[in-house]
Amino acid sequence: MTHTSLPAVDGWFTTSGPAPALIGSRCSVCTSTYFPPIPGNAGFCRNPACDGETFDEVELSRRGRIWSYTDAQYQPPAPYVAPQPEGEAYVPFALAAVELAEGLVVLGQVADGYGVDDLKVGAEVELVVERLYGDTTEDGSSQDRTIWRWKPVTELGEEADQ
Amino acid sequence: MSSQQVAVAGVGMHPWGKWGRNFVTYGVHAARAALADAGIPWGDVDYVVGGETVRNGYGGYVAGATFAQALGWNGARVATSYAACATGAQAIDTARSRILAGLCEVALVVGADTTPKGFLAPNAGERWDDPDWLRFRLLGMTNPAYFALYARRRMDLYGATSEDFAQVKVKNAKHGLSNPNARYRKEVAAADVLASAVVCDPLHLLDICATSDGAAAVVLCSAEYAARLGLDDAVRVAAVSTVTPTFPNTVMDMPMLSTDPSAATGEPEHTFKESIGLAAYEEAGISPEDVDVAEVYDLSTALELDWIEDLGLCKRGEAETLLRAGDTTVGGRIPVNPSGGLACFGEAVPAQALAQVCELTWQLRGQAGERQVEGARVGITANQGLFGHGSSVLLSR
Repeated sequence: MTHTSLPAVDGWFTTSGPAPALIGSRCSVCTSTYFPPIPGNAGFCRNPACDGETFDEVELSRRGRIWSYTDAQYQPPAPYVAPQPEGEAYVPFALAAVELAEGLVVLGQVADGYGVDDLKVGAEVELVVERLYGDTTEDGSSQDRTIWRWKPVTELGEEADQ
Repeated sequence: MSSQQVAVAGVGMHPWGKWGRNFVTYGVHAARAALADAGIPWGDVDYVVGGETVRNGYGGYVAGATFAQALGWNGARVATSYAACATGAQAIDTARSRILAGLCEVALVVGADTTPKGFLAPNAGERWDDPDWLRFRLLGMTNPAYFALYARRRMDLYGATSEDFAQVKVKNAKHGLSNPNARYRKEVAAADVLASAVVCDPLHLLDICATSDGAAAVVLCSAEYAARLGLDDAVRVAAVSTVTPTFPNTVMDMPMLSTDPSAATGEPEHTFKESIGLAAYEEAGISPEDVDVAEVYDLSTALELDWIEDLGLCKRGEAETLLRAGDTTVGGRIPVNPSGGLACFGEAVPAQALAQVCELTWQLRGQAGERQVEGARVGITANQGLFGHGSSVLLSR
């Protein structure tokens, strides 16, 4: 049995570089940068003062500051897919809305092992890619579906204190 | 009353609850109550606007016609509105515009819903181009999770506490005690809220509104028709705001996964929610200082505090001060949610913005009984729904 890993959504983030990054669409006229990316990078810029219709695929800032955060103490309903095997208890996860230098806020789950006590409005986080849930391929082998997540950045000073 | 104004001739509701019946039953009950309140025969209604309910099949998609048929076809023209939580206000706006254009005299506006149990979830099927589906699939982001983001910002930026949020519930529970249309009519202590389970930190179960069945109806008429009916002192619709956001909308909005980007254009002068109220004040020529009572969309306790600031009833970050001083309680300086709000009703989406107008009509007529705001002459509603919908209705007498 092979074990593979695939993004839970196509084309929204990349893991091909030295570090993972979200993929955005930057208007070729006004430079407004959108996430999720605009399919095919062709469409209409949503800036009302801009008539741009083409976009460049760009990687978004890998770090940002927390706009706000919360968690999901109860398992969300479908189409959410639980990561745990059938019969095992649900483990709550945290969520953060993160302001990027591009001037937009992007939601994401918070990295495994971190909860609301590790977060603060204004604190720095960085992008990671982790397993969201597992499913099986047509030949019956298991496969991980991955997603972007926000991970608290430990300040160098704090690290030295520990 | 000026010919440029529209009168609220009658209002009516079906009590909120989980009754398990068809939404049409509730809607007709509310419509008949509103017509009886107005003293207007159904045959005089020449325009019917229904608030669409997406949960109740084809009949819900064409709610205006569904209610018209159930009341007995009378040949009235018909429309159906959908604007998420602002559905009822958009329906009022449609009816009011047609009256002001001289194209109809008496309009009946009805919204009703029958809701499922638990979290509201998106429609079924694999829908990879629908943010309302994607937010559940990719993030597990429920409605209360968005409410919790706003609540957390109040704590980290303005020093709000869980106790403050609980006190909003305590106040609204007290307000709703004597409201015959409220679903929950029971005193709640702050300790009860704090002891209830955390759903999405920092919000507890009792900080978050339920979903309910219910219906509300409003009968609007022209100034001329009101005069013929002897309604010279009727409550008037001073403004209806149904503005969309202005780019870039930089506040994280349900059900989106991100905001608009501001780097190329700069931040907007007002947030979307601020602009909803501002447009209503501007249209009516009324300022926040003139407002006597407000009905705002407390999907969560913390969101009521946001709305108080968004409507200009106090400065940013000061809503907790008003709350703690009792200013927003009936008997205080600017009572908020005298009906008991969503805390006592639970949300019945297409009916809720109409229910806010029903409450303010009773308040401005002095008919609100034990929850009456003394001498109220000007009232404002506010709400926000998915996908750039929001509304504010200003009523005056």
